[in-house]
Amino acid sequence: MDPVSTLPVLLGLAWLVPLASFTLIVLFGPRMGKAGIGAGYLATGAILTSAILSSFSLFFVWIPAYDMPEPSHPVAADSAHGGAHEAEVHDEAAHKEEHGDDDHGEQHAESSHGEHDGGHAHFDKPEIAGEWYTLGKFGSLRITIGYYIDSLTVMMFAMVTFIATCIHFYAIGYMHDELHDYVDHEVTLEDGQHLHRPGRFHRFFQYLSLFCFSMLGLVIAGNIAMVFVFWELVGICSYFLIGFYIERKSASNAANKAFIVNRVGDFGMIIGLMVIFATLGTFAFGDVDADGDGTPEPGIFSQVRSPENDYALVVPDGVIKAAAASEIAKGVEATPEQIQSWREDMEPGGVGRWAYWLMIIAGVGIFCGCVGKSAQFPLHVWLPDAMEGPTPVSALVHSATMVAAGVYLVGRFFPFFVPEVLLVIAIIGCITLFVAATIAITAVDIKRVLAYSTVSQLGYMMLALGVGGWSAGVFHLMTHAFFKSLLFMCSGSVIHAVHTNDMTHMGGLRKKMPWTAYTMLVGCLAIMGAGVPFTIGLSGHYSKDAILAQAMSFEAANPMLGWLFYVAAAGAAITAFYMFRLWFLTCAGEPRDKHRYDHAHESPKVMYVPLVILAVMAVIVGWSIYGTPVGIQKLLEQARPMGILTTAHGALLTDLVHPDEHLSHLEEFHVASTWYATLTGLAGLGLAIVFYGVRVLNPAEVANQFKRVYKFLVNKWYFDELYNVIFVKPVLLVSSRVADFDKKVIDGLIDTLAIGTRMIARLDDMIDRYFVDGLINAFAGWTYAVALWFRGAETGRLRQYVMFIVLGTVVLFILITFYLSAPLAPSLSTLEGRP
Amino acid sequence: MNLLTEPIGVSHYLIVGAIMFVTGALCMATKRNALGVLMGIELVLNGANVNFVAFGSEYLRPGAVSMGLDGQLIALFVIVLAAAEAAVALAIVLNFYNNHSSVDVDKADELKG
Repeated sequence: MDPVSTLPVLLGLAWLVPLASFTLIVLFGPRMGKAGIGAGYLATGAILTSAILSSFSLFFVWIPAYDMPEPSHPVAADSAHGGAHEAEVHDEAAHKEEHGDDDHGEQHAESSHGEHDGGHAHFDKPEIAGEWYTLGKFGSLRITIGYYIDSLTVMMFAMVTFIATCIHFYAIGYMHDELHDYVDHEVTLEDGQHLHRPGRFHRFFQYLSLFCFSMLGLVIAGNIAMVFVFWELVGICSYFLIGFYIERKSASNAANKAFIVNRVGDFGMIIGLMVIFATLGTFAFGDVDADGDGTPEPGIFSQVRSPENDYALVVPDGVIKAAAASEIAKGVEATPEQIQSWREDMEPGGVGRWAYWLMIIAGVGIFCGCVGKSAQFPLHVWLPDAMEGPTPVSALVHSATMVAAGVYLVGRFFPFFVPEVLLVIAIIGCITLFVAATIAITAVDIKRVLAYSTVSQLGYMMLALGVGGWSAGVFHLMTHAFFKSLLFMCSGSVIHAVHTNDMTHMGGLRKKMPWTAYTMLVGCLAIMGAGVPFTIGLSGHYSKDAILAQAMSFEAANPMLGWLFYVAAAGAAITAFYMFRLWFLTCAGEPRDKHRYDHAHESPKVMYVPLVILAVMAVIVGWSIYGTPVGIQKLLEQARPMGILTTAHGALLTDLVHPDEHLSHLEEFHVASTWYATLTGLAGLGLAIVFYGVRVLNPAEVANQFKRVYKFLVNKWYFDELYNVIFVKPVLLVSSRVADFDKKVIDGLIDTLAIGTRMIARLDDMIDRYFVDGLINAFAGWTYAVALWFRGAETGRLRQYVMFIVLGTVVLFILITFYLSAPLAPSLSTLEGRP
Repeated sequence: MNLLTEPIGVSHYLIVGAIMFVTGALCMATKRNALGVLMGIELVLNGANVNFVAFGSEYLRPGAVSMGLDGQLIALFVIVLAAAEAAVALAIVLNFYNNHSSVDVDKADELKG
């Protein structure tokens, strides 16, 4: 099948089916079956359809259509810095092959050609870019519904829809409480009663469907404006779902917090968008022939990394022109030669430097949005609170997909980021992974442990992307989605059984709920990255190794920034520790709360079957398809943006080197990082066993020993308190002052005005009543009196009337004869014919 | 000017018309019987007609600026009008009689002010 014509249709359908489900549930939700249970089946059916379409697109359309890149041969270490750059030689003739215009006439694809060249396989990334619909055109601004499909898009589709399907099934079981009137034991009303309210089963699935639609739209989006729209849509879905138990104060607060914190990040994103549009004049990612003249207009990526420059990152002409606006205003012609000389003007204050700063601002701006959405330091505070939502939501939205959207966007925008921006990303990611991992150690709420673990893993992904490990970061995004949604669903199953989030009330549950406990163990092993070095391992094993290897390669190139690697390695140990702490506290050992333990039971089949499926996926997702070299890693190699597989140097920070990602496959990094990952993982596991497994050390005593550290961690590094003091308190103070001002000054002014208006109106009313009405009434009265007087003449006596007529005639006659005779006389005399 | 010695002219006709008119008017003003009133109306109209015919006659006013047949035409017009009016008036009288068993116009005072 021709992917250029079929994929936009298949994926477009997969994208729109959840929207249809959402619309139907909005319209008919409560009437679907008993208590709206049909809404659950409808939403599940819709996402299952999407999953089937997406998997079909991946396995039967995409993979057969495009070649995989050739296996790469790492170049020798001595040519690591700079050597690889020259190795990129492009064969212009071979690199592009236009497929014939299809019926839209807008689609454009590049087919792949594997080619060996000096250690790096030369390979053209297959991509399909186009537009479905133009929403509007305002001058040079075009708002379109477009698509940009490469193997990353297709994989994200398959991953998101697969996990979403599992979670929909699981949610049918998990949310069954909402099928009848619900008693919320966490809300106490004023009269001491618990809140009774109607179930909201259909509404939950309505939001889930909207979320799936938004997430898929975000993934398939062909331009950054569309990304922003769906970015906000997933944000609002997240808001709805966190606030699902809206009557709980904590839930509504958490929803507000998530939304407001995300706005902070989105503000930066809008700045990035404005810079991009103002300088590059387009929102589109790929090259799309928008005006239909047969030649595609360059999108963002080909402006930044154009084929003419061998896909090397060059500050685009548009940015240079924007930076040189004052020169151009002086009348300097922006000829190509002039632009080139400006570009090279990197002296402080030079045009090229300003243009480079614009690139940094745009990149950091886009990244700000990702910081908010992916809960990176310093905006990570919303994600743990977001656990107020129902657990399936935490599994789908707040671990597997939506929060990964930030990482996805960084991956998507990767070709646009200059090395300085990547450094910012790496540092933010590194701080996040460490801070979140340490907080997870002391948390006792099972979902909060997982939330901090999510934040920490997202930090890993950002770190990986920031140190130049494009496929490592995105690979971890894929694997993490599977095992983290698995872990969340396991925790949901546990919470469902014992009705508490507090791990100190659990323990020994593996005897009561074996399916949950052992799938959870698989999840823990996967996130720890368990595996036999160099042989086989769970999915996390591969992705975490890749990240550490790239961080190590980065360390070798930038010794000053080596701490990024060491923190990441330490983070791996901490990850293993807190995950197994969680497992031991919930599933192993003796039950700590007899009453809850006795009431615990295994979840229904509809809940644990998805767990088993996801557990299997968490194990195998890092492997390639049996008998072929095709696997996620291979597909990611295929999706890697053009031109990023080089060693890049910073232009402002000239010491900054981003090593070629393939260099991390070198023996010295690959082997060492595998050992690092395995040993740190084992160390964390060992510590967890010592503390919580065999209980050689008592955690309480150790906590007492390091009281200050413990307190610091239990209070989550005092981030909430800090933000409370820095932002919330001042805002509240200012708001109360403003409210006072509003109430006293503005309201007072308005009230005075109103009173004045009322007085004037009253005066006006008096004038109207006494003068105007009086005059009119007087006229009416006179008319009435005259009429009464005349009435007397109407006696009803016919003969009298005749009398009047005769008298009137006589009077008229007399009058005419004696008083009007003069004017009439001449005419009378003419009648007589006499002079 | 003695009318009795003058040859018959317009003035004589005018005197007859005036007498008919006054008689008719008095008849209308004095009769209580509706039919009597109608007769008075006829007299008034015909009094006016005599004037029209007299003024319009070529024989009575030789040498005068001719008015053509205007006087006669208007007289015919008045006759037609009188016939129509009499028909309507008799219909009203009949209905009045049906309702009041009387033709006394003094009883027809329901519309008085």
